Amino acid sequence: MNTRPYAAARATLSLGDKLLEINWGLVLLITVIASIGFAMLYSVAGGHLMPWSGPQIMRFVIGIGLLVVAALVDIRRWMSLAYPMYAFAFLLIVATTIAGHVGLGAQRWIQLGPLQLQPSELMKISLVLALARYLHGLSVEDVSKPLRLAIPLAMIGFPAVLVLMEPNLGTATILVADGCSLLFLAGLSWWWILPAISGVVGAVPVAWHFLHDYQKRRVLTFLNPASDALGAGWNISQAEIAMGSGGFAGKGFEQGSQSRLNFLPEKETDFIFTTLGEEFGFIGTIGLLVLFAIVIGYGMRIAMQSRSQFGRLLAMGLTLNFFFYIMINAAMVMGLIPVVGIPMPLISYGGTAMLTVMFGFGLLMSVHVHRQVEIPRAAVGLF
Amino acid sequence: MPLFDRKDKSRYATFTRRTVMMGGGVGSVMAVLAGRLYQLQIVNGDKYMTRAEENRVSQRLLAPLRGRILDRFGTELANNRRNYRVLLIPEQATEGVQSALDTIGRVILLTDHDRQRILRDIAANKKFVPATVAENLTWDEFARVNLHLPYLSGIVPDVGETRDYPFSDVLTHVVGYVASVSEKDMERDSDQLLSLPGFRIGKSGIEKALDSELRGTAGQDRLEVNAHGRVIRELGREPGAPGSDVYLTIDNELQRFVAQRLGDQSAACVVMDITNGDVLSLVSTPGFDPNLFNVGIKDAQYHSLLFDAHTPLTNKAISGVYPPGSTFKPTVALAAVDNGLGDLVVDCTGSMRLGDHIFYCDAWRIGGHGHVNLQRGIQVSCDIFFYQMAMRLGIDKIEQAAKLVGWGAPTGIELPGESSGLIPSRAWKLAKFGAPWQQGETLNTGIGQGYDLATPIQLCAVAARIASGNAVVPRITRVVGTTVQPRPTLNRLPVSDRALQAVQAGMYAVTNVAGGTAYGWRITEPGFEMSGKTGTAQVRRITREERASGLTPQDKLPWKDREHALFIGFAPSSLPRYALSIVVEHGGARSEPQVEFARDIMLFVQKRGSATLPTDYPVSAAGLVEPQNVKL
Repeated sequence: MNTRPYAAARATLSLGDKLLEINWGLVLLITVIASIGFAMLYSVAGGHLMPWSGPQIMRFVIGIGLLVVAALVDIRRWMSLAYPMYAFAFLLIVATTIAGHVGLGAQRWIQLGPLQLQPSELMKISLVLALARYLHGLSVEDVSKPLRLAIPLAMIGFPAVLVLMEPNLGTATILVADGCSLLFLAGLSWWWILPAISGVVGAVPVAWHFLHDYQKRRVLTFLNPASDALGAGWNISQAEIAMGSGGFAGKGFEQGSQSRLNFLPEKETDFIFTTLGEEFGFIGTIGLLVLFAIVIGYGMRIAMQSRSQFGRLLAMGLTLNFFFYIMINAAMVMGLIPVVGIPMPLISYGGTAMLTVMFGFGLLMSVHVHRQVEIPRAAVGLF
Repeated sequence: MPLFDRKDKSRYATFTRRTVMMGGGVGSVMAVLAGRLYQLQIVNGDKYMTRAEENRVSQRLLAPLRGRILDRFGTELANNRRNYRVLLIPEQATEGVQSALDTIGRVILLTDHDRQRILRDIAANKKFVPATVAENLTWDEFARVNLHLPYLSGIVPDVGETRDYPFSDVLTHVVGYVASVSEKDMERDSDQLLSLPGFRIGKSGIEKALDSELRGTAGQDRLEVNAHGRVIRELGREPGAPGSDVYLTIDNELQRFVAQRLGDQSAACVVMDITNGDVLSLVSTPGFDPNLFNVGIKDAQYHSLLFDAHTPLTNKAISGVYPPGSTFKPTVALAAVDNGLGDLVVDCTGSMRLGDHIFYCDAWRIGGHGHVNLQRGIQVSCDIFFYQMAMRLGIDKIEQAAKLVGWGAPTGIELPGESSGLIPSRAWKLAKFGAPWQQGETLNTGIGQGYDLATPIQLCAVAARIASGNAVVPRITRVVGTTVQPRPTLNRLPVSDRALQAVQAGMYAVTNVAGGTAYGWRITEPGFEMSGKTGTAQVRRITREERASGLTPQDKLPWKDREHALFIGFAPSSLPRYALSIVVEHGGARSEPQVEFARDIMLFVQKRGSATLPTDYPVSAAGLVEPQNVKL
């Protein structure tokens, strides 16, 4: 098996074969989750498709197209595109930092023709692609060698710092988490991991010093919401009230008083999960988490079924990226962590996020479709 | 070199192992999230539900309709009038607030002051909170606003309720008035209605005395509001209970007649039904327009009321205290008869000496009244006769009799601010001045001077008691809501019939026998005759030098130094039904103006039959039995 030639017969699937190979069950699952999002956006708009639900459906339809196209592209093509995409995303982030459009007091957007693009969203996917590409060429022993390790750390660190400066603590956190997960999965030695964890814990006070005032305030408010009950703490406590008041079965569709009467902040974006909790209660929130868990399960299965290290790392990276979104958003709206501005994937309103998540699922699907493709460790070289 | 080697296998195993570990991590995080959801939604769900409801639902108080105040014949003395007003909702003013005010300013009059107030109101509130542009518009103005409404963006015509006193100053001192709630009111009264913007409470008169009955109970409007406080919809409404109507014993026609008759004098007059103490009229002039206080009185207006020498803000009928003067004499006479002095005859020479002080009689210039018995003593108001009588009775007996007849203690009329008047005693003087009682003071007390003080309502009660022999207690409210107000039981005074008849005869002579002090103003129509007693109260001491050089005529004195003119009376003399008291402050310039008023009022009230006309108290006030003209 390990002596099979590089050009495996399976590598040349016809277009029709590939379409059949797409995991349509997963696509259906994604559609179901996205539909819950459409319903919630419809509800928070007071029972109207505009201004959120309608555009969101449009984007999802485009996203499905993107998913299918990405799934059909050969995994080796994606492998060769990994570094160029990373470079492109990195340049966009630099451009955003320099001349980005100022929105919400933070430089997070860049205008591309009619599109407002959030380069940091694109960077998450690109980083996973590039790291999978790089780590594909390393054996377990190589990963832990300092010089080999320095390169992926730089690939993670530069964009993360730039994003942190935007400032966008949430996305920077996800970038670091994505990158570290891939290093872990690639076999990074515990001799690196354990001291690193200790170092991070020790660096918290230092990092605190570099945080923006509003970020510090968020953290402080999070630690003691009562300190600012009518200011920043108001958002957290209103979100908790909304979530908690849903009870077991919720108040019913379009009956969420907290979101309908504007007590909830950013109800259509970051806090949409709260509206779900208010209107569909414990059943609704646990139901959505179960659906997410199934998607994550699918992702992990796809990763383990892939015959190439690139495919495995890419699939796991994308799956974990998806999971980090969910984890941070859910924990944030439930008051477990400070508010950092991360949307709930597939549910929250937002164009860039929806398209990048769907593109991510496209790549995951490409791994699935091309799971039998084997790629030698040194086949495409390190660079 | 093989394409795939052992190293590929090993890293695949590592990947799988670590993926499983990651899976465990993912599962743990999911479990934590689920646990947090369980805690929020299941364990604390009820608590958060309550807080969400508190967010969503705003309770607003609804002001109840204030009860009316009516006279005995159902005439509304205080009611609620529609208040036509114009509101401006800033967010609906499409061309801006300034432009909206310019436009509405062409339809109704808006001063610069008004505009500043409106702009201040708007700046202080959210954009959807209506600001009051103008209130108390006339129907014409209001109609004009409605006519122009199509191009008055943001302008909302509105009809509210406001208190109205249709008879203005005639009833001010009975009905009182309502005004805005002060901080002190808030401290005294915990009713949350008081915190309602624009709420009015009773500040004087019946409006104050029966404020809680008139006020009613608050209704509640349950509203759904959003995070900015904007009302989304009404969830429910409890209307609350309107205030109770209050029926007074007042006859508004009589009240108006009295007020008109007293004219611009600084005076007070009380008319009462002797059979039950119902106050038919209670007037204090000058009055003022109570509506001023309701809509908000201007400082200049308030100051002119406050510093007016005729004290329009004081209810003289119950708060004003005056030396009763000769109106006190019938009371001394009552005590005299029951103490064996009924047959006393005194020779009046115009003056008498007590120690080194000379006491004068009004008739000193013509050499005195000559032989004076009790009836004549009252008829001509001979001071010497009553000096002698007082000296023989002593202060203790005078005090005792006076208190029986109703002097020196508040009558308990249901109006705020009643004064108690004063009848001196030995103990009182010792406590007040630390000095023993002097006999000269007994003499002064005997003619109603010195320390004696009385209110017009007391004087009226005294007249009613002397006329009937019953302890008549004045009352001014009859029915509150559907509850009949109990009248105090009519106790017989512990006074002999002989004494009563003697005093009544004397008071008959005052107005009906030639030589009586009020004979010139008697009622000549048969069956309507009035009995009574005049009185003058000095407001300054007359010095011996003045008396020697001749007294300054009263109309030459400054108004403030003139004597008060008093009268108490009852009618008809044969079977008294009405008692009356009048005090004209500093009325001494004309000869007995108060008796002239009394004659006209007594004739009016008897001919009208204020006490005998069928009343219009609510039928539902079951058990209301009107006593007819009972034989006393």
